[in-house]
Amino acid sequence: MDTSQFIQQDETCWEIQPKGNMRVPAIIYADAQLLQDMDQKVYEQITNVATLPGIVEAAYAMPDAHWGYGFPIGGVAAFDPDQGGVVSAGGVGFDISCGVRTLHTGLTIDQLQPHKQALADALYRTVPAGVGSKGHIHLNHKAMHGMLTGGAQWALDQGYGEQQDLERIEEHGCMAGAEPRCVSPRARERQKDEMGTLGSGNHYLEVQRVAEIFDRNVAKTFALRVDDIVISIHCGSRGLGHQIGTEFLKEMVMSAAQYQIVLPDRELACAPLNSPLGKHYLGAMRAAINCALANRQIITHLTRQAVATIFPGIHLGLLYDVSHNTCKLEQHMIDGQRKSLFVHRKGATRAFGPGHPDLPPLFKETGQPVLIGGSMGTSSYVLCGTQESEQRAFSSACHGAGRAMSRTQASKQWQGRTLVDKLAEQGIIIRSPSMRGVAEEAPLAYKDVGAVVDVADRAGLARKVARLEPVICIKG
Amino acid sequence: MNSKPTTAHWEHFEHQADIGIRGIAPTLEQAFEQAAIAMTAVVTDPDLVLDSTAVAITCAAPDTELLFVSWINELVYEMSVHGLLFKRYQVFINNGTLSATAFGVAVDRKKHQPAVEIKGATFTELRVYQQADNMWVAQCVIDV
Repeated sequence: MDTSQFIQQDETCWEIQPKGNMRVPAIIYADAQLLQDMDQKVYEQITNVATLPGIVEAAYAMPDAHWGYGFPIGGVAAFDPDQGGVVSAGGVGFDISCGVRTLHTGLTIDQLQPHKQALADALYRTVPAGVGSKGHIHLNHKAMHGMLTGGAQWALDQGYGEQQDLERIEEHGCMAGAEPRCVSPRARERQKDEMGTLGSGNHYLEVQRVAEIFDRNVAKTFALRVDDIVISIHCGSRGLGHQIGTEFLKEMVMSAAQYQIVLPDRELACAPLNSPLGKHYLGAMRAAINCALANRQIITHLTRQAVATIFPGIHLGLLYDVSHNTCKLEQHMIDGQRKSLFVHRKGATRAFGPGHPDLPPLFKETGQPVLIGGSMGTSSYVLCGTQESEQRAFSSACHGAGRAMSRTQASKQWQGRTLVDKLAEQGIIIRSPSMRGVAEEAPLAYKDVGAVVDVADRAGLARKVARLEPVICIKG
Repeated sequence: MNSKPTTAHWEHFEHQADIGIRGIAPTLEQAFEQAAIAMTAVVTDPDLVLDSTAVAITCAAPDTELLFVSWINELVYEMSVHGLLFKRYQVFINNGTLSATAFGVAVDRKKHQPAVEIKGATFTELRVYQQADNMWVAQCVIDV
């Protein structure tokens, strides 16, 4: 897009001053190159977000922002319930609480190398991935209720995981305020055979090598050393979240007039936080967050089982678990006053800095681990939250590389089999049920995640700690 | 000379993160049917899909665009819950109510090599309208 549309506040901060119906400014964090490469739709969407009732400070777009639905993907916006603030089903998205969890393995690349193929096969056999894959867990009504209220804690009670996992998950593995009664029978039906499944699209399970350390002290606290092997899981709330998103989007579109909300784009469908519909959505959305946390917990358990078949006695502990499609009630300082705000992060990661009361003791000095997934075949990054991120964008950072090319273009340009062979030459093993799916996720269909992360670091949204390189990728 | 096809057909269109589906046909009902074939084509080659199973679908909405999103979302639900892929459809629309039959088959992961799972139909690029040549167009972006 044209950079002359912005007032450049500093090297990475580009502001659009309020105009038309905008209630607050819109701010994009990017360098000149990333901004030029961004779709004009990001401008349109982030300025639309700035028109929503009760928005506080500014509508923000992260350095990986791209054309989304209503909100840009990489969009952050906070709403004050006392100022008529809204919650937007479109602002959270279909894949509620999609996120990344990273596990330590205690292995080094040298120890893994002779067993790479065997581990790839074991993981592919054990973790259901792709369209039409079903989990081995079938939820009855009681179990569904327990999962929707308990999240990862429920999964733990069922024998999936270890007690110490919980403190390494946002919300300690259980989102408060979930209301199973707000979750429709259809959403439940879509989920009953999907627990412990990865899904498809850009979701994956990846075995990664720590390739580079940027901050030795923080890396030490995060227990990351060069050549260590970690495993990252990227997935969300599966069919349950998708159905909740679908149903509330329609309901919010149809109710907008009733709440005197003018929608510049129907996809921005929202309802006042204090309205019955807004509360109903929050109850369902929080239940979906628990579903995602339980899902990643079960996949963690399956991963542990698979790894143990190759490396008996090994222990896989969590580094952290972050969600990047959420709306969460948080405390933030506005004009020197502490306010309770509902922060939407659509394709953006929470990045609480040092000292934040919600962090476990281990991360009190470093800030939380911020896990940034790359695309298949490219690097992922571990960052840490910063103090200044609070002022920059309500303690938020980017979530991934962001697509540079559509799926149609990608599948025209590349063949799945050729890509798999090419990546194999680089030492990266891909396992996937669909070669077309692989083509659509081609590494070059995404932006350069390194550039995105560099800007997040320079903008103070989060600080770089380590770079991870893929070794094995199980694609949905 | 107009080179545009005048019979019912479907196509995909670009969206940076996902993909757009579009049905173009002489009637509104056929445009809905064609767009639904475009949706199947996002997952697999529709020619690989058999039509041995019939599923009845009904939905209603206050306008044709919302009705289109509801139609696609009904199909997404059936595909997800019953593990189906659809080859063809018969759609009837009367006074804002859609009743249809979708013909398909259970997903065969080896044969169909499904590329992606569809999460839902969005309101992005959602349009249902009649072109100057009287052909109906029904389209939206779907989240995958």
